Amino acid sequence: MTVGIVLVSHSPAVAGSVAELAGELAGPSVTIRPAGGTDDGRFGTSIELIAAAVAAADSGDGVCVLMDMGSSVLTSKTLIEDLEDDGGGPVVRLADAPFTEGAVAAAVLASTGQDLDAVVGTAEQAWSMRKL
Amino acid sequence: MAFDTATATAWITAAEAAVKADEARLTGLDAAIGDGDHGANMARGLSAALTNIAEKAPTTPGDVLVSAGRGIVAKTGGASGPLYGSAFRRAGKALGDAASVEAPELGAALEAALTAIKELGGANEGDKTMIDALAPAVAAFQAIAADGGPIAMAAAAAADAAEQGLAATIPLQARKGRASYLGPRSVGHEDPGAASTTLILRALAEVTA
Repeated sequence: MTVGIVLVSHSPAVAGSVAELAGELAGPSVTIRPAGGTDDGRFGTSIELIAAAVAAADSGDGVCVLMDMGSSVLTSKTLIEDLEDDGGGPVVRLADAPFTEGAVAAAVLASTGQDLDAVVGTAEQAWSMRKL
Repeated sequence: MAFDTATATAWITAAEAAVKADEARLTGLDAAIGDGDHGANMARGLSAALTNIAEKAPTTPGDVLVSAGRGIVAKTGGASGPLYGSAFRRAGKALGDAASVEAPELGAALEAALTAIKELGGANEGDKTMIDALAPAVAAFQAIAADGGPIAMAAAAAADAAEQGLAATIPLQARKGRASYLGPRSVGHEDPGAASTTLILRALAEVTA
């Protein structure tokens, strides 16, 4: 079992770089897909990019989505509603987590074959990992 | 007049024109306390709504609003995309497959839109958001509809109430979105989301007058 990870940021570069960082720390077994910016490359959020990233990240074991803020969160929530309305899509959970730290935590745990609940839970626990 | 497919389409068309005409003002409001893209985002979103309506050729007013909402969600690019998109889709679903509705049904659809925005964004009245224009507008619309008033009268009252709600956002401190980071410095400006909501409701009043 390997849960997929999707990273939603207003910035294509932030989403891509955090995906690269988390992938480096988690290893090649986890699929991490960035969904940054709008569909024409501006800062913002695109429900179509997020949906495509979710589809690409899912291997049948579900997808954990992390968002930076604002429209990233609202657009991801809207996608979840759409998937529930349509039915039959991948199992997707949003993690209420700090973006970079949560992505690394989720990716590392996903690489050990834990299920979606555990991956989302670990991402959310990243809030309590003090640095100083 | 009843609210049918043609009226619903005329509403979105008028809303798009109003937002385009006021794009610079909306962006200016957003530049003061937000990220300065609200005018462009709303213009792009409502333009996508019209494109989607043209492609889907909906045959009920409910389907018109659902099609508009899907276009807005897909192309707006900012937080107003999922908020307005969910609002129009939820309003459209509330209308069901009726070919034409009267004021009470349209009032219930507007209330469904308000509920969608509250649920998705987690904001309430007084947070300096679009809800500060929409909530009093829905209440005004429904009060007239409950008295048996026609859509034209209810929509005009809703637009007036939205304008008052918009003006009342000036002294408020933002509690949602980018503006909330500014704390007390968000006071003294109209909320751009409340401004675009007012334009959209004025467009409804104009096409139903």
